[in-house]
Amino acid sequence: MRSFKFLLPIVVLTSLTVTAQSPTQYGVGRTPTAEEITQWDISISPMGEELPEGSGTADIGAQLFLEKGCAGCHGTNGTDGIAPRLVKRDVGVLENPWGYGRILPIRSPFATTVWDYINRGMPLGLEGTLLPDEVYSLTAYLLYLNDVITDDQLVLNQDSLPDVKMPNEENWAQVPDWFPKEPRLQGYPY
Amino acid sequence: MSSKKTDRREFLRQGAALASGVAVGAASNAASAQLAGPETFIQGSDDMVAYGSRSRFVDSKRIPHGGRHSPDTFGLDFHIATPLQEQHGVITPSSLFYMGTTRGSYLPDIDPSKHRLMIHGLVDNPLIFTMEELKRLPSVSRMHFVECAGNRANNRMTTVQETHGMTSNAEWTGVLLSTLLKEAGVKDGAEWIVAEGVESVKGASSIPMTKAMDDTLLAYAMNGEPVRPQQGFPLRMLVPGFEGIFNVKWLRRIKVVDRYYMTYNDYGHLTQDPVTAALGYQIGPKSVIVHPSGGMQLPGTGYYQVSGLAWSGGGKVARVEVTTDGGENWFDAEIRGEPQPMAHTLFAFDWDWDGSECELQSRCIDELGQIQPSRQEIGEFYETPPGERIRVRGQDNSIQPWRIHSDGSVHNAII
Repeated sequence: MRSFKFLLPIVVLTSLTVTAQSPTQYGVGRTPTAEEITQWDISISPMGEELPEGSGTADIGAQLFLEKGCAGCHGTNGTDGIAPRLVKRDVGVLENPWGYGRILPIRSPFATTVWDYINRGMPLGLEGTLLPDEVYSLTAYLLYLNDVITDDQLVLNQDSLPDVKMPNEENWAQVPDWFPKEPRLQGYPY
Repeated sequence: MSSKKTDRREFLRQGAALASGVAVGAASNAASAQLAGPETFIQGSDDMVAYGSRSRFVDSKRIPHGGRHSPDTFGLDFHIATPLQEQHGVITPSSLFYMGTTRGSYLPDIDPSKHRLMIHGLVDNPLIFTMEELKRLPSVSRMHFVECAGNRANNRMTTVQETHGMTSNAEWTGVLLSTLLKEAGVKDGAEWIVAEGVESVKGASSIPMTKAMDDTLLAYAMNGEPVRPQQGFPLRMLVPGFEGIFNVKWLRRIKVVDRYYMTYNDYGHLTQDPVTAALGYQIGPKSVIVHPSGGMQLPGTGYYQVSGLAWSGGGKVARVEVTTDGGENWFDAEIRGEPQPMAHTLFAFDWDWDGSECELQSRCIDELGQIQPSRQEIGEFYETPPGERIRVRGQDNSIQPWRIHSDGSVHNAII
């Protein structure tokens, strides 16, 4: 605590500088550094612009699935654990891929969403510890298990992952444009 | 007069009065004595002085919702429903507020002095705020409900806590997101924001800029005290009238973007059907009778105040109608208090029960003219064949029927 006293003049100077640079109305808050933004920003757009450099394959992902503890909750095959099932059922090729069920690596219209969820939310209790290469490999493995990709040596990276064609790529409903004071759905059945 | 003589006489008089008083008291407590108080008293304690607690005779409590226990085997909390049947008025006590999480989440234990909010992306001035800085900015206090997409009634449920307990209402205090977005300076082409929490899954939701700039609120307080950890301490987003998952808790980051980001939360809302997509977004007009409701017992015929809650994601509640004959005749209920936009609103209806079997329902009409539909009307909308089970798609805002049996017992009448 004592060191704050010595820091105080520097803090005041910094905030003055920021206020001068930012044409904001209230002058409250500070400008983050570029490094801070990079460190904080884990959002991945559907087209994957923010994907970090890295690469992986389903072959490596199969190993990681065991090593990183995924199999502990999702089952050795991703089908029989206490956590949600990750692989579609053996129902052949459906005309409407929606029928494969609510299984992220096949239902999601974008492969980037699979990457994003593993990256931010897995594994349980150790979220945020996977390296980009590992996330690319685990994503590839789940896509491989669901027959979205068929080659377990296919390299997925920041350029190729967004190009993976998901079966529901065009097969989903956009949320409607939203404006204040409008019914949620005209004509339903009010 | 000698003072000595007076003293003696006074002494004798007092003694006589005292003796007769004791005699009366011993004989009976009635006539002139005060009504007896409670048998026991709560011993004062520093804890009770510092932060009050409820009576030991009050035991209303939340329950796990949707068949998944909270906390689960991992120690994660999932969905917890509020005891609407025990609530009076429109404020849900913070300790009883419903709770939902994205995947199930350990509750973040956040030191507010270390918490920061970043706004970045398509803005002229990316900004980082401390909690103290956010509290310096112009604030608003507003009543808003939050409701989970899982607030769906079915015929297996008994009480209103089970059918409707995944919605709650509080007074929220914080900064309008529009204030912060104006500070940051939104660039051309910015159509969406992605809001993200700091819990283990870092739950994130996409919200249209139209809503972000309209009435979205970053709340640091609810019901007069800091937002509770289960509700997102120290900072949560309130997206009034949108489904619960959009109201990002433990808010740390807002990224301004040019398109819909399909975050994991958004994926959870994914559907093939544009109608369902529209119905799983802004919440429709909705109401439920809370007194009497499923599992209750009317003690006999005669007067009852039928009362309940109404709300809409589209704005203020304009009217509430009540039927006591299963929808044949509808009557205006009385709105109690001034309806607030996207807030629970209390309604009441005078009713004399004649002892015959009957069915109570309520329906909400909001300021946009939207009318809460019955399950039958929803079935007709989707052209559900007669006899087939009616599926309510998107957010379920269908009318809740309660059947009163002639013995006074109250039952969920969903078919």
